[in-house]
Amino acid sequence: MLIKKATDIPSSEITSEYVYRNRRHFLQTAAATLTAAGMGALLPASSYASSKYDTDEMLTPETDVTSYNNYYEFGVGKDDPVLNARGFKMRPWTVAVSGMVKKPATYHLDDLLKGITMEDRIYRMRCVERWSMVIPWRGFPLATLIKKLEPLPSAKFIKMQTLYAPDRMPEQRRPILHWPYTEGLRMDEATNELTLLAIGVYGKEGPPQNGAPLRLITPWKYGFKGVKAITKIEFTDKMPLTAWSEEAPHEYGFYANVNPAVDHPRWSQATETRLTGGLFDQLRPIKTRPFNGYTEYVQRMYSGMDLRVNY
Amino acid sequence: MIRALKVVVYLLCLVPFLLLVWGLVTADLGTNPVERITHTTGDWTLRFLVLTLCITPLRKLTGWNQAIRFRRMLGLFAFFYGCLHLTIYVLSIASLNFSEIANDIAKRLYITVGFTGFVAMIPLAITSTKKWIVRLGGRRWQVLHRLIYVSAVAGVLHYLWLVKADTRFPIRYGVAVGLLLLFRVWTAIRSRQTVTQQVSGG
Repeated sequence: MLIKKATDIPSSEITSEYVYRNRRHFLQTAAATLTAAGMGALLPASSYASSKYDTDEMLTPETDVTSYNNYYEFGVGKDDPVLNARGFKMRPWTVAVSGMVKKPATYHLDDLLKGITMEDRIYRMRCVERWSMVIPWRGFPLATLIKKLEPLPSAKFIKMQTLYAPDRMPEQRRPILHWPYTEGLRMDEATNELTLLAIGVYGKEGPPQNGAPLRLITPWKYGFKGVKAITKIEFTDKMPLTAWSEEAPHEYGFYANVNPAVDHPRWSQATETRLTGGLFDQLRPIKTRPFNGYTEYVQRMYSGMDLRVNY
Repeated sequence: MIRALKVVVYLLCLVPFLLLVWGLVTADLGTNPVERITHTTGDWTLRFLVLTLCITPLRKLTGWNQAIRFRRMLGLFAFFYGCLHLTIYVLSIASLNFSEIANDIAKRLYITVGFTGFVAMIPLAITSTKKWIVRLGGRRWQVLHRLIYVSAVAGVLHYLWLVKADTRFPIRYGVAVGLLLLFRVWTAIRSRQTVTQQVSGG
């Protein structure tokens, strides 16, 4: 299937923010009206597919999603990435697949994505810094790609790394973290139905400050698990040493599951500030839920594990 | 002349606050206004502490003694921005949950030290008037006001201990405060030496 280029039609011209937020309601109403009028066939197809995983909470506006980013390769300030990632080239893009896998090779991203259907999913995103957003991601289950690549049974973990290119990612010249940014998942986490590789937000590819052309999304984990601009995927039998865990092991673990009961050593994780409405909404932090509200999909993977130890 | 200059400086000191108010009114404080207000007021608290600590070295190095007439204003602005910083924390981050605030102060080192730095400013703000200098006596007043060293060091540690990875900015403040405190150590040692020399020479 062809993936629509972001440049084809700006989504702002297709659907307004308000209609997008309320599209299911809008479509239902529209469908009912049109069917009643005997004109069901005239109903235009929506540019955004809905999924059964969608939350119906209020979306974080697109301008906020794309201008408030934690992406240290493009600057440590939240306002930096939108400026410093401007003009970042997302094609050609290659992904090197290695390790315990039947088809190790360096793939062009477009070849890798061939035949994969893109979906839109509205997920909560909880940052370890106590803020959260509701974001419509465009992407596909990581499980789909893993199936294509055929890992060996000996593979227990998947390790993913961001592009390392200090000339294109200016802050990689400074040793803020150990570059390239590394993340990883256990194989059962990687193939969980919630786990996505996203190519964009708000129904289209990009922008780069949100991790395009390829990033990881694990909505039940803190946001930093979502490694961006992926160029390396390795299947391994060893738990990967992840970027933040390497930086501060007593503060950030491998699992990083959202857990209001386990404090960050320096701050409580019991509540979060939802970045949607205005200041007055934000003055009332909301309660953080275990696994960020995705318990039914993920809890079984951690049965018998002490999540205080495996934070 | 100094009076006019003081008015100008006073207005300049208010600019960061007025910009925040303007941002609030026009809803233009970015995606995370609470974070913006917290960071801005925290930054300015530290900046005014550093500026206040600059007055004495400035006087001693340039001989421009009128500089002292700005010290109280700068110190009070540090306290003003510190109050705003604490207020936004109490209102939003801790959302008026006082048991959580107590817990934060007891358990979280960067909050413990930040709160200490703030508390150390309270007596300084109260005793910042001429009346209080007279009431306490110049010498005792001066000793009390050395508490600003505690506030400045606490402020730097508070900042250093809360950042996730990038320590550039807290370290810059640390260097500034460190140099300003070293200047005081240096002048103290020198004045002691002069005294000794005068005694032995006499």
